Amino acid sequence: MKAKVHVTLKNGVLDPQGKAIEHTLHSLGFEGLNQARQGKFIELELAETDPDKAHAQVDEMCKKLLANTVIENYTIDIEG
Amino acid sequence: MKACVIVFPASNCDRDMKVALEAATGSAVDMVWHRETDLTGYDLVAVPGGFSYGDYLRCGAMAARSPIMAEVIKHANRGGHVLGVCNGFQILCESGLLPGVLMRNANLKFICKDLELTVERNDTAFTNGYTVGQTITFPAAHHDGNYFANSETLKRVEGEGQVAFRYVNNPNGSADDIAGVYNEAGNVLGLMPHPERSVETLLGGLDGKPMFDSLVKTAAA
Repeated sequence: MKAKVHVTLKNGVLDPQGKAIEHTLHSLGFEGLNQARQGKFIELELAETDPDKAHAQVDEMCKKLLANTVIENYTIDIEG
Repeated sequence: MKACVIVFPASNCDRDMKVALEAATGSAVDMVWHRETDLTGYDLVAVPGGFSYGDYLRCGAMAARSPIMAEVIKHANRGGHVLGVCNGFQILCESGLLPGVLMRNANLKFICKDLELTVERNDTAFTNGYTVGQTITFPAAHHDGNYFANSETLKRVEGEGQVAFRYVNNPNGSADDIAGVYNEAGNVLGLMPHPERSVETLLGGLDGKPMFDSLVKTAAA
């Protein structure tokens, strides 16, 4: 199965890179942009075929390595 | 004092640390590759600066999961001393030995200059050569030195006296001007600026020397 993991900064955590992206988009003339936040996208190929087990496994991966839960949230999407 | 320096792929301050420690201890300091799994017999384990694993994922994230880090945690739990500088500080935070995390500098710039710090405590093995409130200067060279912890953790760090050093002029956005923190027991210290680059007048200063002399005096006891 395939797992798609999005890691994002928690609300209230300063994101200077997102701010820089926001400023550059503004300077390119894009209007109506309120905020840009930068995160990470990680794609995993898994041998597991049971979606629940795959989810549990990826959740463990997120907690142990992929996200630092002091500053980051994560979401997991499992695809067949 | 028997000391060693952990070496990760892309550590680059490991030999500076070895030179500083050997000058202070007068004896050989071992370099320990991160795949090794034994740290028995050491009084001090130094986790050096650099860009371990190219800062992939998050700075210090990969190194913090290296086999040797389980031993560094055991060493700390049995009361052994651990000093993490720069990337070493990031690794100690990522490993959970120290609270908080180091984020990208608030101004997004790589900071490479001498920074003034105030000493918050001198009752630890690392700082008994300084006086409380003393201003010292260490060189800094980092892109991710912006110390962050959630408000609850920060309150605990402040309340328990875990702040080791504060910046006189906060260069990177660190919460409460924090440049270095201890664990609760005070036997693990992480800081962003480099004491090991401040042990030779020829190289710009001697303010780091009291830290290593302090360790020699107390860490082995």
